Amino acid sequence: MTAKVESWGSRVGLILAMAGNAVGLGNFLRFPVQAVQNGGGAFIIPYLICFLLMGIPLLFIEWSSGRFGGKFGNHSTPYILDSMVKGRLLKYIGVFGIFTNIAVVAYYCYIESWTMSYMFHSVLGTFTGMTQAEVSAFFNSYVDIGHSTTGIPYEAVVFYVICLLINTFILSKGLSGVEKVAKIGMPLLILFGAVLAIKALTLGTSGASEQFPDANAWDGLNFLWTPQYESLWDLKVWMAAAGQIFFTLSVGMGTIHCYAAYVKPKDDIALNSVSAGFMNEFVEVVLGSLIVIPIAAGYLGLDWVKENAGFGMAFQTMPYLFQQWGEVLAVIAGVMWFGLLFFAGITSSLAMGTPWMGFMRDEFGWGRNKGAWSFGAMALILGLPTVLFYQQGVFDEYDYWAGTVSLVVFAMLETILFSWIFGMNKGWREITSGADIKVPNIYKYIIKYVTPIMLIIIFLGSLFKPLNNDWTGNVSSLLAGNGWNLDNGSIIKTITHAGIYEQIATATDATQIAALEDKIFYLNMARFLLVGLFLFISLLVFIAYKKRVKEGRATL
Amino acid sequence: MNSTALITMLLTQGIVTGFTVYFFYLVLSTPPKQEPDSYEDNDDELIRKND
Repeated sequence: MTAKVESWGSRVGLILAMAGNAVGLGNFLRFPVQAVQNGGGAFIIPYLICFLLMGIPLLFIEWSSGRFGGKFGNHSTPYILDSMVKGRLLKYIGVFGIFTNIAVVAYYCYIESWTMSYMFHSVLGTFTGMTQAEVSAFFNSYVDIGHSTTGIPYEAVVFYVICLLINTFILSKGLSGVEKVAKIGMPLLILFGAVLAIKALTLGTSGASEQFPDANAWDGLNFLWTPQYESLWDLKVWMAAAGQIFFTLSVGMGTIHCYAAYVKPKDDIALNSVSAGFMNEFVEVVLGSLIVIPIAAGYLGLDWVKENAGFGMAFQTMPYLFQQWGEVLAVIAGVMWFGLLFFAGITSSLAMGTPWMGFMRDEFGWGRNKGAWSFGAMALILGLPTVLFYQQGVFDEYDYWAGTVSLVVFAMLETILFSWIFGMNKGWREITSGADIKVPNIYKYIIKYVTPIMLIIIFLGSLFKPLNNDWTGNVSSLLAGNGWNLDNGSIIKTITHAGIYEQIATATDATQIAALEDKIFYLNMARFLLVGLFLFISLLVFIAYKKRVKEGRATL
Repeated sequence: MNSTALITMLLTQGIVTGFTVYFFYLVLSTPPKQEPDSYEDNDDELIRKND
């Protein structure tokens, strides 16, 4: 018996849920840092080109694939792909579209739980009177689970479990629960972001202090937006821009397919997809660039920002900066900033639950509750090692394989399948069918040729990432016959733990060597869990296939 | 803030905001398709009951 198929409440709800899926912590933390490190204002040129040539095409592909699969009652990528292409093995490519979500949510909820905890600490006034170093040290003690900052034992674990419970509870309410959160969370996120951006824009030199006499918020914006046109000739900048577009839109995950699978064949997906895509760009380019960098430059100066720009600023710097606004405003700003990050996080993590729930309902008739709580249980089992062994690198290992490599592999394969195996003629019909806007014909050729090539380049770029990320230098070296030197961050060298072995070879302290060897053990354990999850989902897809054969529903 | 940076920022943010508002306006102003469509909120009470 199959459980009743759900549907979206309203078109605006669907678009807000899709935009919420795309808008994440990276919009506020990754984008400005990438821009600063890759040519400032000039970064926006490759960034917007990649958005038009890769981002929008991928949105079209995923929305139309999802709606196509939904016609046949499929709401997760294994059988969405199965309905599009013939071949028994191709459905296993779709396993990525469930695997990635469960693996990513396992550690993503941990970051989400930090935002909850930091909101709580902002209200309690924990950061009042702390120096910048103390705020930074607070974060380190927070992720050291043996240490409690509130008196609650295993505080980080408690917040993580609460966060997972909230996600699971909302998911158990089905699409209507997800839609409600998006309808509340997205406007609040934009409101909080706008308030903080206005504050940043009006900060000027008022934050300068004896320690940082040259601090000026406008210097931060100058640095972020002054175009350095020479950087346009650097391949590294193009790779960074393509990577940012890729991750910011949440493509290659399977969540867009799943959401779009609930759209009926005659309804629009073209306008929906560009509307949700541009909403994400608004949050990233407009709000994301106007908060962290100018506020940090306004109090700590541009030199500090240049040296310290990174993900850690959200938790290790911002609470200190808010203290400079006085006690009451510090609480309000803290709640707004971490609230904004929380909404950005939860609208994404909820999306990650839906492919699993859709798959289990389609194939095994599981209801919302069973689907949601089984998802929560899997996320907990996989996520606890990232919480308990955060400092041993388990968190980063998940992020690398599930949150980076897996996305690129799936997006590359699905694009090739869509353009070349499903076929661009059928694909174009799917994209334009029911469209409320005229999709420019040029996208037919972009999707067929340009997007797959860009994705193949990104994949090969990750596989063979050059030493020090110096693309121009390494291409010259290769052309001169001096070979291609791989970076330790390339997929090939990461697999073999080359970077850690290099550290072991140069280390002289026995304790340090032992710690590095332990780290390899923890990283291998993380990989074992991820591979185990992938195989488990593949097995379920196989069992579902056998069940379909028995019921006469199999496509081949 | 220097004028090049200011122009780059305003131009980029203006374009992105303009497209975002334009597409969202289109979403809001496009009449819904004939029932049964994908969305529950605009269903007749009868359709919802039968579901």
